[in-house]
Amino acid sequence: MTAGPYSAKVMEHFMNPRNVGEIDGADGVGEVGNPACGDMMRLYLRIEEGRVKDAKFRTFGCGAAIASSSMLTEMIKGKTVEEARAVTNLQVAEALDGLPAVKIHCSVMAEQAVKSALDDYAKKHPG
Amino acid sequence: MAKVFFDHISTTPLDSRVFEAMKPYLLEWYGNPSSHIHDQGQAALRAVDKARSEVAALIGAKPGEIVFTSGATESNNLAVLGTAEEAGNGKRHAVVSGIEHFSVMNALIPLRNAGYEVTVLPVDRDGLVDPDAVRSALRGDTALLSVMHANSEIGTIEPVAEIGRIAREAGVPFHVDATASAGHIPLDVREVPADLVTLSSHNFYGPKGTGALFVREGTKVAPRVFGGFQEMGYRAGTENVPGIVAMAAAAAIASKEMGHWADHLGRLGKMLWDGLSGIPLLHFTGHPTKRLPGHVSFWVEHAEGESLLLFLNVKGIMAASGSACSSNLRGQDEEDLVASPVLRAIGVPSDICTGSITFSLGKGNTEEEVRLALDALPRIVERLREMSPTYLDYQKRMSQGG
Ligand code: FES
Repeated sequence: MTAGPYSAKVMEHFMNPRNVGEIDGADGVGEVGNPACGDMMRLYLRIEEGRVKDAKFRTFGCGAAIASSSMLTEMIKGKTVEEARAVTNLQVAEALDGLPAVKIHCSVMAEQAVKSALDDYAKKHPG
Repeated sequence: MAKVFFDHISTTPLDSRVFEAMKPYLLEWYGNPSSHIHDQGQAALRAVDKARSEVAALIGAKPGEIVFTSGATESNNLAVLGTAEEAGNGKRHAVVSGIEHFSVMNALIPLRNAGYEVTVLPVDRDGLVDPDAVRSALRGDTALLSVMHANSEIGTIEPVAEIGRIAREAGVPFHVDATASAGHIPLDVREVPADLVTLSSHNFYGPKGTGALFVREGTKVAPRVFGGFQEMGYRAGTENVPGIVAMAAAAAIASKEMGHWADHLGRLGKMLWDGLSGIPLLHFTGHPTKRLPGHVSFWVEHAEGESLLLFLNVKGIMAASGSACSSNLRGQDEEDLVASPVLRAIGVPSDICTGSITFSLGKGNTEEEVRLALDALPRIVERLREMSPTYLDYQKRMSQGG
């Protein structure tokens, strides 16, 4: 892999993103935009018995945004709703072997997308 | 894997003939032109004198009007700040186009801090400065007008001859940043009434670290670098002799071969442009015809600029983006991530961080390489769009006939 500004891990996820797509009749859908750059991420969750059964995403954004989206879906799958909500952008960045300082905000989009999708889930499934 | 360099606007490779010309001044003739009582110094002095004539010839100037610098940034700084300082009492107004390089724009900061007023001229959608807007912006107290010859990000060539005549009438010193254009398209200061012209060696197959500022006879410029009396007092410091010799060799080659390469690049550029126009929702930036040969710039809806460049690089194709999203990867934080001022100036939606992609071709590029890029790009766009939520929405809107 060519060196470039990103870690090999970022490039690997960028080139082969996991879980791209949609979930029909998802239990929670989150969409967040990044006002700093106009990029956008949409996250679909299937939740069964309080756990994230499946996660799919679509992202319009830079390499860091796409890799963060991909990594995030891997990280939250199998987690309980509470655990998934607790995932932070820095954990995502760390799992990617780091991001350039100016690109940290791209991982924030991933964190916010989970929260937004889980809010949507909570709204649809009150109690 | 193929290595295709389509980023000649950022820099060009050294022409091997230029390397041969500079080599003796690295190894054999290492003298200091200021210490010229002996043969070493004499050789260096004569080399710099000859170089001055060759660089002058590139733009139809007199040798005594060429000041060697460390590059375009220094030349632009010297032009802006040096002219402002000499402008004299009460002249505290500068006029620049909205698409000038950072080395012009940021040189205005100390002027602003010192109470100067700066008028930034808008450009139209193609990136052209309107000469009439220049006319109405110039005032009795204008110390300087700066409009670039060609823009590196969008390729547009500005009507500097016409603008120069307006400046001349108004008696305002006119600076032209020719970093992107010099050595590629003609610029003759006998026809273009510019008082200052910035030249950059590494943008026309010379080495980095050398540039020049043309200062028309009679134009007053105060130095920015203080010390000895090199460069007619405009710029102190021992001359970069090998760099200067090399820049001159590059200038001489450009003077001779410019037309040939402009044809070659024009042909490749057209091929690229025609091929790219087949990609749906792709928007070219810059002027369709008044542009640098071999320069093709564009942005693509639903496919983000940096991602495109990363994928292209994986395919061995090296291109650039004007968008800060990718260009400022070494920045400290997200504050460094601002939309490209040039793209904003030509009206590309600022909430889109796509940035414009710039393919800038050079002497070494071939039709084969253009075909490679034309083969790779549509697939990359397709792949990114399949990943994009905005493209999904767009498709839904389309299928609903909306
Ligand atoms: S630059 Fe926009 S998300 Fe990375």
